[in-house]
Amino acid sequence: MKYTQGKYIIAEKSAIAREIYSFTISCPEVAQVAQPGQFVHIRANGFTLRRPISICGIDPVKGTLRIVFEIRGEGTAEIARLNKGDLIDMLAPLGHGFTLMDTDKKVALIGGGIGTPPMLPLAQHYGSKAVAITGFRNSSAAILQEDFRKTGAEVVLCTDDGSAGIHGFVTEPLSELAAKGELGAVFACGPMPMLKGVAAICKENGIYCEISLEERMACGIGACLGCACRTVRNDEEYFAHVCKDGPVFKAEEVLW
Amino acid sequence: MADMSVKVCGVDFKNPIIPASGVFGYGREYEELFPLSKLGGIATKGTTLHKRTGNLAPRIAETPAGMLNSVGLQNPGIDHFIETELPYLLTKDLVVLANIAGSTPEECAQVAEKLDATDVHMIELNISCPNVKQGGAAFGTSCDMAAEVTRQVRKVTNKPLVVKLSPNVTSITDIAKAVEAAGADAVSLINTLLGMRIDINTGRPILRNNVGGMSGPAVFPIAVRMVWQVANAVQIPVIGMGGVSSGRDAIELMMAGASAVQVGAAIFTDPCAPVRIAEEMNDWLDAKGISSVRDIIGTVKPW
Repeated sequence: MKYTQGKYIIAEKSAIAREIYSFTISCPEVAQVAQPGQFVHIRANGFTLRRPISICGIDPVKGTLRIVFEIRGEGTAEIARLNKGDLIDMLAPLGHGFTLMDTDKKVALIGGGIGTPPMLPLAQHYGSKAVAITGFRNSSAAILQEDFRKTGAEVVLCTDDGSAGIHGFVTEPLSELAAKGELGAVFACGPMPMLKGVAAICKENGIYCEISLEERMACGIGACLGCACRTVRNDEEYFAHVCKDGPVFKAEEVLW
Repeated sequence: MADMSVKVCGVDFKNPIIPASGVFGYGREYEELFPLSKLGGIATKGTTLHKRTGNLAPRIAETPAGMLNSVGLQNPGIDHFIETELPYLLTKDLVVLANIAGSTPEECAQVAEKLDATDVHMIELNISCPNVKQGGAAFGTSCDMAAEVTRQVRKVTNKPLVVKLSPNVTSITDIAKAVEAAGADAVSLINTLLGMRIDINTGRPILRNNVGGMSGPAVFPIAVRMVWQVANAVQIPVIGMGGVSSGRDAIELMMAGASAVQVGAAIFTDPCAPVRIAEEMNDWLDAKGISSVRDIIGTVKPW
């Protein structure tokens, strides 16, 4: 099985910041095969299009997935109304995730705002080799810091207003680490300007970089060709699709 | 268990449900979720003579009870379809309607000519794509152009030819009559309605193409009306589509005059919608004691 569609029980629900919710979903067959960087496509009652939400936790033993999402509009608000014990309709797991590589060097996991959740399964994989550098508007928007710490990763928090951690963007601590030659790879998810900045730093320092993109999406499985992303593969320009070829791409392949 | 089979232009369908062109690719992605053999047929992604890259993103926007798309006929070209996708689909025990498009009537004919040499069951000629600058809807909005492109394709193929009509016209019955006279074996309708959404915070249209084709439950009553009008205006079969999301919708469209029903945007909401819809139709027929789905085609009793 690559992916499946079904209704699954929400085992836990919590609000972890303003308008940001965490669901733990009991879905053993999905949890068995899900990979870091993949996403789930959730039906919002009353809406035509499903909502793609990245996977924030995979527990194949307990048979659960965790998602953390922000209310961005009416569809995500509808999903946020679901409660513990309710059924959630998911098409999952979808997409091409992050590469899990063997490296003796450190690995930087860069998360910007609500782009932070998909970095957590990578922190679980890389453990103490990982440096999780995450950035938020302010201290009250900062999420998952304790979760990252529990994985053994080094945790660096940045806020735009300096109300917690480093006052500034994630690109500053990343630049410093990159210049020291300590990084074997960089993985990132967040707003486009952040991803561009991260990709530029990696290119400059010759560091392998993967980024997770988002795009307005319909089918979620590569059939409708709605979520196009301009990429270059084998020197040829190509409209890849975020749902199937991504959401994770090699940064060097993306035409910004 | 009612008899769900229908016949359109002499082609037997085990049930009247067909995923519409564009939502379903060439079927591979959905086979992960259900066997394609449960479908009556498949209308494949609109395919052109040469590979097309399509429009820039965003290509998708949500609307109340529906959506807009402006994919712009991204496809790998007809040779790839014939070499790679068609042989796969022909093993799946369902009717394959190859949806084709082109910038000129000659290009459409060239694509159809290549398909004529294959075992594809039917050709669905798209004269109504709202998302490409040349061809597409331009053919579908004039009786003369619609007839001309139909004639040119008719000349090169004996395959059953279904012409897919645009609803973005003053009189869809006039277009339907024009393509019937030009040799179409059936018509399918409705393609998407041209729509637009604007992000009021940025002042920018949500779609990079500014405008796109609207589909989903919101367009269903328009589809029912147009299918009914066209079915009463032509002698050839009508394949109905537009916002169908339940077995009841499909029954309604068949009562309006459709011989088969395509399902589009509903698949995005429920990827198994085509299978569910066929089952719901069967349940309704059984509950009503109707032995064959064919018995409901065109049975609306207008006031």
